[in-house]
Amino acid sequence: MSDGELPSRAETVIIGAGIVGNSLAYHLAKQGRDDILLTDKGPLPDPGGSTGHASNFLMPVEHSKEMTHLTRRSIEQYDDMDTFTNSGGIEVARTDERMDELERRVQSAKSWGEAGRLLTVEEIEEMVPYVNTDIIKGGFYSEGAGTCDPLRAGEVMRARADDAMDGGLTLSPNTEVLDLHVENGAIQAVETDRGTVEAGEVVIAAGLWSPKIAEMAGVEIPLTPAVHQMVSVGPISFFEDYEGEISFPVVRDMDTQMYERQHGNDLEVGSYQHRPILWDVEDIPSIDEAPLSPTQPPLTDDAFEQSMADALEIVPELLDDPEAGIRHEIDGLLSVTPDGMPLLGPLQDVEGLWSCAAVWIKEAPAIGEAVAQWMTRGWSDIDLHGSDINRFYEYGTSREFVKNRAHEGFQKIYGIVHPAEQWQSSRPLRTSPFYDRQDALDARFFEAAGWERPQWFESNEDLLERYADELEGLKRPNEWDSRWWSPIILAEHLHMRDNVAMVGDMGFGKFDFVGSDVVDYMERMVVGRTDVDVGKTVYTPVLAENGGFVSDLTIARLGDEQYRVITGGAAAGGDRAWFSGHIGADEDVTLIDRSESLCTLGVWGSDARAVVDSVAEEDMSHEAFPPYTAQEVTIGEVDCWAMRLSYVGERGWEIYTSMGQGQRLWDIIAEAGEEHDIRPVGMGVYGTTGRMEKGYRLYGHELELEYTPAEAGLTFHGVKDADFVGKEAYAEALEEDNAATLCTLSVDDHTSSDGERRFMLGNEPVLNKDGDVIVDEEGRESYVTSAGTGPSVGKHLLMAYLPPEYADEGQGLHVEYMGEQYPVTVEVVGSEPLFDPENERIRS
Amino acid sequence: MNVLACIKRVPNTGAKIVLTDDNQRIDTSNLGFTMSPHEECAVEEAIQQVESHGGQTHVLTLGPEEATEQLRTALAMRVDEATLLETDGEEWGPRATASAIATAIRDLPDEDTEFDLLLFGNESADMANYQVGVRVAAELDLPCVTGIKSLEVEDGVATAKREISGGEEVYEIDLPAVVAVKEGINEPRYASMRAKMQARRQEVANLEPDRAVAPGTFEKIRLEAPEADDSDAEVLGEGADAVPEIVELLESEVEVL
Repeated sequence: MSDGELPSRAETVIIGAGIVGNSLAYHLAKQGRDDILLTDKGPLPDPGGSTGHASNFLMPVEHSKEMTHLTRRSIEQYDDMDTFTNSGGIEVARTDERMDELERRVQSAKSWGEAGRLLTVEEIEEMVPYVNTDIIKGGFYSEGAGTCDPLRAGEVMRARADDAMDGGLTLSPNTEVLDLHVENGAIQAVETDRGTVEAGEVVIAAGLWSPKIAEMAGVEIPLTPAVHQMVSVGPISFFEDYEGEISFPVVRDMDTQMYERQHGNDLEVGSYQHRPILWDVEDIPSIDEAPLSPTQPPLTDDAFEQSMADALEIVPELLDDPEAGIRHEIDGLLSVTPDGMPLLGPLQDVEGLWSCAAVWIKEAPAIGEAVAQWMTRGWSDIDLHGSDINRFYEYGTSREFVKNRAHEGFQKIYGIVHPAEQWQSSRPLRTSPFYDRQDALDARFFEAAGWERPQWFESNEDLLERYADELEGLKRPNEWDSRWWSPIILAEHLHMRDNVAMVGDMGFGKFDFVGSDVVDYMERMVVGRTDVDVGKTVYTPVLAENGGFVSDLTIARLGDEQYRVITGGAAAGGDRAWFSGHIGADEDVTLIDRSESLCTLGVWGSDARAVVDSVAEEDMSHEAFPPYTAQEVTIGEVDCWAMRLSYVGERGWEIYTSMGQGQRLWDIIAEAGEEHDIRPVGMGVYGTTGRMEKGYRLYGHELELEYTPAEAGLTFHGVKDADFVGKEAYAEALEEDNAATLCTLSVDDHTSSDGERRFMLGNEPVLNKDGDVIVDEEGRESYVTSAGTGPSVGKHLLMAYLPPEYADEGQGLHVEYMGEQYPVTVEVVGSEPLFDPENERIRS
Repeated sequence: MNVLACIKRVPNTGAKIVLTDDNQRIDTSNLGFTMSPHEECAVEEAIQQVESHGGQTHVLTLGPEEATEQLRTALAMRVDEATLLETDGEEWGPRATASAIATAIRDLPDEDTEFDLLLFGNESADMANYQVGVRVAAELDLPCVTGIKSLEVEDGVATAKREISGGEEVYEIDLPAVVAVKEGINEPRYASMRAKMQARRQEVANLEPDRAVAPGTFEKIRLEAPEADDSDAEVLGEGADAVPEIVELLESEVEVL
C-alpha cells in the first residue's frame, strides 16, 4: 500500500474513503482490478464523513428484500473482519397499530430468510431490564442484529485490498478533488489539489459530498445531507458490571422514531422524530473549520426537546443515573435520497463514471461488493434494481425535488409505510397530455418515475352497482388491506372485459435505435429473435450474463435499421443505461429517447375494434392489423403509431402519438367510444388485476437478477442462433431442472381468526403444510412476488416461485399475513393465463 | 449563600477561526457557540459552593437573545436562575459590559438575591480582555481576586488560591467578593438529559441594559487571524527504538544536550 506521491494514472479511482470506498476497493481488488487509487479530502482512518459518527448498529429486517439481503451480507462481512458484535435488536411498540406493523416485520423476516419473532412485554423486560415496560405493548426481536466498527472494518478492507492486488492500492488522504475531466462522453481524469490522475474508471463514493463531485462531470447524484440527532449519555453505573461494547439488544422505540443502545458505559440515544433539518452541501464546513467533524454540527437543541422527553420515558432509570450526563451531542449529517434508497450504478451520461452514494453503515460492505461485481461483470449477486441511480434519470435530480422528497421521507424512516403509499410532494411533476381530462374525471393519481398515472377513476363509481354480484366477496373490509385501493378498480376491470376501456399514459420508457449496426446490436441485447419483419413486435427478456433478468420489454421493428423499445416507466432509466452502455465504441447505433415526446393510450376490451375502427383512416380489422404487429395509423386528425398487443390480455392497441396531439387523441377515442360506454380505467387494472389474471410478469417483482427465464416460465423464445448477453447461462437454465418455478396461486379462505376477510398485498412468505417457509435448493425463500384480485376469475391471486416439490397444480399451501396463516392453492405452474388461457381475446 | 456566575457567549473555539470578509467578526456559520471555558468552571464552582453551603445559584450574561442558549446550558447544569442582559449583538467592550452587569446586580430588587459570591471566568475565550470581573468589583466596591484555581468558603470568608511559578498565592477575602476563576479549578459536569430538558422550559429573566458610553475604552479596528502553524508532526519511532533518533535530535536540532 503506498501513500506517497499521487500517481499520474490509475485504472480505478475511488473518491471517498469512508466505509463505502474501502469496501469498493477491497471487492474491486477481489474481482480482479489491480490498480486502485483511493482518495479522500480528509485524513485516515476517519476522513470526517458520515462513517465517523454513525451509531453503528445493524438491524437486518426491513420490508425491502434488497435492503434486508444487503444488510445480512454486510453483517457477514463485518463478522468476518472481526468488527461485529451480535447484540440482537428489539423494536418496541407503544400502540396497537405498531403491533400490527411488527407482525408485518415478522412476515418480512420470514420472506427474506432472516430470524425474527414477536416478544411479549415480559420477554422484553427480561432481555432489556432498563426499558419501561409500562408504556409498551410488545416488540419484534431481530436475533441477527448487532453493532459494528466501520472505521476498523475500513482499515481491514484497505489492507485486504492491497494484499489482493499485491500492493496495487494507493491511498491518498488529505486530497481534495477539484474537477473531473470528461471528453467525448467518457471520464478521463481526476484533478486534485495534489495533481491530476488519469483514470479508466471513477467511482464517486463521497457520501453527502457526492452531488458536488458529480456536478464536476456535469451529472447529478440526487441526495441531500440531512440531520439525524444523536446524543451519548454516560457514565451509567448500570453498565459498569458488563464488559465490552454492548451486552443488551439495541432498542428501537418505533413509535417515537428513536433508538437507545448501549455503547460501553454510555447509552446512545438517536432520533428521527425531529423536524427534517436538511443541509445544503455547500454549507458543510471544511475539516479545518468544523469543531468536531464536518458531518457533526452542533445539536439543534429545540428540535431535540421532545426526543429527550420520549427517551426519558422509555429508559428512565439509565438516563436519570445521577452520575450520567450528556457527554456528546450532535446533529449527525447523513445522506437522504428522494425515496430513501441508495444511489448506485453507472452515471449513464459519462462512460466510466459510477455512483456509490447514499449508503448507510448497515449495508455498506455488501453494497461495495455488489457494485464491484456490477462494475466488473455486469451483474451483482444481490439484485440492486431498487437502488439503481438511474431510476431518477432526467426527472428526479433537481435540488428542489430532492429536498421535498427528503423532507417528506424523513418521517418514513421509522414510520409505518403502506406498500402502496404515495409521495405527496413535488407533484404533479410529469404529466401526460391526458392529465387534465383525467383530473376532470376525478382520477386518483399514483406516481411512477415522476409520471402521474390514474390508479382508478372515482367517476366510475357507478360501475360498483352494475357489478355488485361479481364484486361480492372481493371487497376489502380491513382498512390496511384497502388503503390506497378501491373496489372501483375491480369494476373498471370487469367493464373493460365486457365493453371497452382506455388506459394511459403508462409512463413508458420509449427508445428508438437507429444505425447500420442496429440489427446485430439488438440481437445481442435480448433473448428473443429481433431480426424479424418490419412491423413485427417481440416481447422478450433482457438478461445479464448470469441469465438473470435485467428487464423485460417489447421491441418493435420500425424499419430495416430502426427499432423501438418500449419498457416500463420505473425501469426506464436503468434500461436506458443498460442499452446505451452496451453500444460498442465502433458500432453505428444511436439511441433516441422518445420517452418525453411520445404518449401512449391503450384501447382494450371486447368493443375496442369497433371504437378504433370508427375513427381510424386505416383498416383495423384482424386481418389487416394482426396481433403482435405495429403500424402507423391516423386516428381522426392525429398521426399515430400503434401496436396490437395488451398487458391486460384484451383485444386492442397501444396507440402512440406525440405529446402535443395526445389530448386530441384522447378526445377522439372518448367520443367515438361513447356509444360503447367506453371508460377510462386506471393502472390498478393495467398493472395488477388485468395482468395477474393473465399471468403476466412484472419486472422488479417476479423478474429480477436472481431468477432466470426458465424459472419465470418465459422460455417461449427457445435459444436463438445469434449470440446475446446471458445466452450461455440462459441455455444452461433451459437444460436444467428449475430450482423454483413461478406459479400463480389463489387464496382459498380469506377469513382471519376474528372473522374479518383479509387480502394479501405482496411480499408475504409462502409456507408448507408444516408452517415452515418454503426454501428452494438455492436458498431462496418462496414469497408472494405480486398480489392482486382477478375479478374475472373471482379470486385473489398471488404469484410466487415454488420449488418442484410444491410447484404442482392443485397443491395446497399457506401464506402468512399479519401473523395468521391462510390456505392457498397452486392454480398454475408457469406462465399460462388463468383467464382466457388460449389468448382468444388478443388473437381475434 | 447566593452565588452568581457571569458568563459570555463565544464562538466554539475548537476549529479554525475564519473571519468575515470585512474582518470585523468571526464567521460563526459553522462554529456553533458555547460559553468560555473558564466561565463554565465558574458555573460549576457556583453549583458546588451552593451544594456545600446551601443557597441559590444564579447565572447572568450580557449578549444577544441567542445567548439564552448558554444560560440554558448553565440551567441544565442545575443553576437555579438565569438573567439575560439583552443587547443587539454588538460587542460592548469590557467597560460598558461591566457597568451594565454592576447596574443589574445593584438593581436586583429583593434581599434574597443579594450575592455573597460573584464568580467570573478569568477572561473570555474570544476577546480575552481580563477586565469585566475587575471592573464589576470596582463599581460595586467589592474585593476582587483573579486567576483563581482553588476556592474554599467558610464563615463568610473565602480562601482563594492562584498558581504562580513554583508555588501558589493564597488570599483570604471577606464576602461578598468577586472571584475570577480559571480552568482547572474543577471539572465542569455534563448536564443530565432530564436537566437539559427541564432547562429548556425554565424561565430566563430578560433585562434591557443601558449601554454606557464612557471615554477611554477600546475601539476595535479589525480582527486578524494568525497563520495556523501547520508544520507536520513526525513520528520518530515507537518504544526504545526511537531513543537514538530523539537523542540525535536533541543534540543537533534543539541543542539542549
